[in-house]
Amino acid sequence: MRSYFVFRKDWQSELRTRYAINALAMFILVTISVILFSIGQENISEYLTGGLLWVVIFFSAMSGLSRAFVSEEERGTTMTLQLVASPTVIFSGKLIFNIVLVFLMNIAITFLFIILFDSFIINNYSLFFAAFVLGNFGIAVSSTIIAAIISKTGSKGTLYPVLSFPILLPLILTLLELTKFAIDGELIEDSFVEIFVLISYDVIMLTASYLLFDFIWKE
Amino acid sequence: MSSYILSLHNVTKIFGRRLIFENINFEFISGKIYGLAGPNGSGKSTLSKILTGLLSTTSGKIEHKINDKVIDEDRLQNHIGFVSPYLVLYDEFSTIENLQHFCAMRGVEYNQEKVNFLLNEFNIYDRRNELLKVYSSGMKQRIKFIFAMLHSPNFLLFDEPTSNLDNLGKEKVYELTQKEAEDNLVVIASNEDSDLALCNEVINISDFKRGTPN
Repeated sequence: MRSYFVFRKDWQSELRTRYAINALAMFILVTISVILFSIGQENISEYLTGGLLWVVIFFSAMSGLSRAFVSEEERGTTMTLQLVASPTVIFSGKLIFNIVLVFLMNIAITFLFIILFDSFIINNYSLFFAAFVLGNFGIAVSSTIIAAIISKTGSKGTLYPVLSFPILLPLILTLLELTKFAIDGELIEDSFVEIFVLISYDVIMLTASYLLFDFIWKE
Repeated sequence: MSSYILSLHNVTKIFGRRLIFENINFEFISGKIYGLAGPNGSGKSTLSKILTGLLSTTSGKIEHKINDKVIDEDRLQNHIGFVSPYLVLYDEFSTIENLQHFCAMRGVEYNQEKVNFLLNEFNIYDRRNELLKVYSSGMKQRIKFIFAMLHSPNFLLFDEPTSNLDNLGKEKVYELTQKEAEDNLVVIASNEDSDLALCNEVINISDFKRGTPN
């Protein structure tokens, strides 16, 4: 419950400062516009559109999700948070905030892809939905712990994508595969291996994050 | 009245190759005001952070006990009230919003009566709904005391408590410090003579630069 109050504080703060929301909205609009302009009248394959969806999602995550911890460090409020709650409570609150942000962001991106790209046709919605939910959770968990790590460093902006790329790569590759299956209309039973890879990734990242966070959070 | 004991056993802190202090052995007991003194850079703030659990020691052990029971590290925050120049509250929230968020995150009940009492004591009741970003540094310092006292902690640590405060503010801080020390443990880290004059016992950090003092 206390984690929810950390989330509520962050959400109210975000609505007032618009730190992450503005960055994310601008990034999504600019990236999709650039893709649309560069495609022009050409027909692109369904697979390529599916790939572009995850490219936009990956880079949007890079532009906004680090705010959870970086904004606390930049404002100097980290110590205040350390004084009011345990590391587990703080991490859970920040994770809930990033999960909400990732889902809102990715729903908006997917919706824009559906209305703007004719070649973005999903034939198995349940498979795409499963990949979407598990993928978003994985992105949120990884982004949160990476944000906690880089918030303590000097070159935050550069380090975030550098550190995120190898950590998110197995997740993005699996999501690309599952999106391809969903476009092909393959059965969910035939994609169990990839779905289990996603579940394993989420569980491993979540466990490792909770174990690591205590050491990252304390000076 | 609960008895609060804070024990330091051979506490040493080293940053890189720089020794801040070593082998501090001391016992702070509730009902008294203790002072941490020493010149700038002597390690007062570092020791303050160690005492509040914000910073780990290089070696040695810190033990917080209430009624002879060791306090679990996860529950330590609600027993500590800390005021420091490094402490920053949320500028985008008003005083009331800040305090409500802190109580909720601490898992303690928001006591409107106590909030109103402290706001009146520190003379900021009329401006309680303004955002912190429009407050002066002295007003922000007063809010930090409310932040530190609202959850009724047993151990209060004030690092440079009177910085940015006017004479009225200083008097109020001294009055509340003495009142709090009747039941709780109060530690003041400062160089100001008037702050240290409140203390029953003063520890000079410089004495712990090399070896244990006699």
